[in-house]
Amino acid sequence: MRRRLAGLGEVLGPALLVILVGFLATTASDSNEGYFLNALVFVAIVVAIYVFVGISGVLSFGQISFVAVGAFAAGVMTVPVESKKGVLTSIFPLLRDHSVGNVTSLLLAAALGGVFALVVGLPLMRLSGLAAGIATFAVLEITHNVLREWTKIGPGATTLALVPETTGVLQATLGALVAIVVAFLYQRSRRGRLLRASREDPAVARSVGVNIHLERLLAFTLSGALAGFAGGLYVHMLGSITTEQVYLELTFLTLAMLVVGGLTSLWGAVVGALAISGLDSFLSQAESGVHVLFTFTLPQGTRLVFLSAIMALVLILRPSGLTGGRELRLRWPRRRRPAEAPS
Amino acid sequence: MSVLASIDLQTLGDAFGQGAVYALMAVGIGLVFGVLRLVNFAYGQLIMAGAYTLAYTSGWPVAASIVSCFAVVVALSLAMDRLVFRPLRSSSPAVMLVTTFAVSFLLQAVALIIDLRDGTLGEVASAVAPLNQAITVGGVDVRKVTFVAVGVAVGALIVLALVLTRTTIGLHTRAAASDFRTARLLGVRANRVIAFAVVVSGLLAAAVAVLLTVQNPFVQPTFALEDTIVVLVGVVVGGIDRLWTATLGGFAIGFVSVLVNAALPTDQTVFLPSVVYALVIVVLLLRPAGLFAWGRRAPVERV
Repeated sequence: MRRRLAGLGEVLGPALLVILVGFLATTASDSNEGYFLNALVFVAIVVAIYVFVGISGVLSFGQISFVAVGAFAAGVMTVPVESKKGVLTSIFPLLRDHSVGNVTSLLLAAALGGVFALVVGLPLMRLSGLAAGIATFAVLEITHNVLREWTKIGPGATTLALVPETTGVLQATLGALVAIVVAFLYQRSRRGRLLRASREDPAVARSVGVNIHLERLLAFTLSGALAGFAGGLYVHMLGSITTEQVYLELTFLTLAMLVVGGLTSLWGAVVGALAISGLDSFLSQAESGVHVLFTFTLPQGTRLVFLSAIMALVLILRPSGLTGGRELRLRWPRRRRPAEAPS
Repeated sequence: MSVLASIDLQTLGDAFGQGAVYALMAVGIGLVFGVLRLVNFAYGQLIMAGAYTLAYTSGWPVAASIVSCFAVVVALSLAMDRLVFRPLRSSSPAVMLVTTFAVSFLLQAVALIIDLRDGTLGEVASAVAPLNQAITVGGVDVRKVTFVAVGVAVGALIVLALVLTRTTIGLHTRAAASDFRTARLLGVRANRVIAFAVVVSGLLAAAVAVLLTVQNPFVQPTFALEDTIVVLVGVVVGGIDRLWTATLGGFAIGFVSVLVNAALPTDQTVFLPSVVYALVIVVLLLRPAGLFAWGRRAPVERV
């Protein structure tokens, strides 16, 4: 019982933190609410990346492709039919003449993200190390290139506008919670543990019969589905999107969040996403002057300087991340376990 | 046949020029990876800093402008090593890589602030522009910079090969690149070897800054960012474990991009990245240890 309770901390900690942020969002002014929503959607994206990168230990730069596919699928399919002929002129008639509701669009985004990840993962999951990183990066480049240039499936290089802004406080909080619970259930399952074993020692895992290719493919697909879902939340929060918003910068930012929080734990993914989004929001407020004890104003344009400098500092001073890559435990263990070796 | 017909001497010249510049960048990235096991994503920002130096010293004599570019880039490269790489030496590769993302963003943000002081984005580096003129060789227009690029690349590679094989520091560097721990046990000084690699990679970045600003004198904070990403991909595709396979990989991706661009029908060239990256995936699947890494098994997990 005790152990089970301690294990529950793994999901309760992140979930309560997300609910707290959601609660704070309801108390914030309309102009500040966006910051909280943004943080919650980033939690969903970073948790999606964690499901593959964190648990398998294989670096992937490709998870944002699934966010992009989810975002554009959910976006294109929810623009009202009567406005579509005006904004999406060269799109396939099938896509032009149909639109779906909000929840359906999120499920569609998740399904597409998962299927895309499965198709891509089938060949790619044989790779590991830098080769896997670069191959998944190639997937990101191809996805971005096709979404940007193929105007039959979306808006191409123009902005996709008129997407219903349905990701409010409730949906953003629920969305982040869904991602956290799915990630928790997966990492506690037999499958998740097998994959984790392969991260710690691939040779030993293989020798006890773990099919590493299969386990990685499963995690990649699950991560793709969650990323697609998060992309759906993202587009419904923004209301309009371009292909550049789900490309390199988002890839680096979300990976940095995961590593700053602690690559190897769900708690780390959530803490990293919230800490960096919070810092970013604070800094952009500070550029126009905030009042914390005394009025504090940053020179214009210095937000990114501070944000990246702080990220670099955290990584230099605490290479295993803010949480040290450990899960939150409700009960402090009597004997401290030896630190997990970073993979 | 139509594919072959579209590849003429003109295209070949451009392809060699592009490949040469990318090969130089690949050496810079590969050298640092060899001794530090660190993929330096911020390498492009060294080049960007060099390009800004050239832009801000446009009024100076060309030689002075180029010398100051080298000085700034090498100083920045050393500072990066001292402040960022050294504290990270024992960290995992993923942490090192993500830290270099942060450094890359930091330098871009700083460049943006400096650039925007005059109210407009981007500066023009005009001092070295004359190299961009074309000269006609056998009916083909070749920009002077193409010759310079190929010349600089070949020259730099020969000098580097001599230094690496004929000098003590070169021997130490190669020893450190193949097994850092054993090399240290045998008396190779880690900091000296790393400083050597960092300085050489800085010199190469400065040379690339000069070559790239000739081709594109309009300098922005994102200058050379895309090229760096492409070269990083090329380096891994070629085989990052060895300097010469990494260099060949950098050359190959530059060379092939230009050829594919020429071979695609005009209305399809927007899909150039898709074609190139699809090739990258195919090569990685067939030869995960690197295209040019013959007779070796795939390396065990690194990142």
